[in-house]
Amino acid sequence: MTPVFSALLALLIACAVVVACLKNIFQAVIVFAAYSLIMAVLWQLLGAPDVAITEAAVGAGVTSLLFFGTIAKTGGRPQ
Amino acid sequence: MDDLILRTVARVLVPLVQLCGLAIIAYGHVSPGGGFAGGTVLAAGFVLYALAFGQEALDRRLPERTARTAESLGAAWFAVLGLVGLAAGRNYLANVLPPGSPGRLLSGGIIALVTAGVGLKVAATMVTLFRRLMGGEGGERP
Repeated sequence: MTPVFSALLALLIACAVVVACLKNIFQAVIVFAAYSLIMAVLWQLLGAPDVAITEAAVGAGVTSLLFFGTIAKTGGRPQ
Repeated sequence: MDDLILRTVARVLVPLVQLCGLAIIAYGHVSPGGGFAGGTVLAAGFVLYALAFGQEALDRRLPERTARTAESLGAAWFAVLGLVGLAAGRNYLANVLPPGSPGRLLSGGIIALVTAGVGLKVAATMVTLFRRLMGGEGGERP
């Protein structure tokens, strides 16, 4: 494992934990997009560019937009 | 949503995003990517357009009827291409075109055509998904 790969893995786990801990849904969605972006880079480093493109497009792109749309619709107040 | 920065950025970015999506679809058989990834990027362009200029602007550029027709066309295109293989006396989705030289755009036989159908279907579905989510109660029921 190269240092870059290890650093990204650590960042990925940190992002995942932060998403679960955040009370503010809006912030959670942004961190989740960052998680997806890191995951996309990791897929590329693991030699799966096809999955990387899909992860970047779906995870960081469309899913975040749909989440933002849902927040805009519901007001996004934490329980 | 009347943000000058968002609208200016979207005006520059939307064509590039959609061009990127179309390229991923077109090169789906020779490079990473394909119908699903490219279609999603293409749809993200439409969604960005709707977020920047409002849903009415998207309705003018891509009416819901057109999106729904494109969705059905994509699925029908896939099914018909598969039947072409059956008509040639082979398996469903069997290749009936010359394979071409590997790595070139005109290669892979039927796969490029299948990918185009998948891309159309996925892009239209994503846009419809966004529209249904944002449309609210007033939206037209299918």
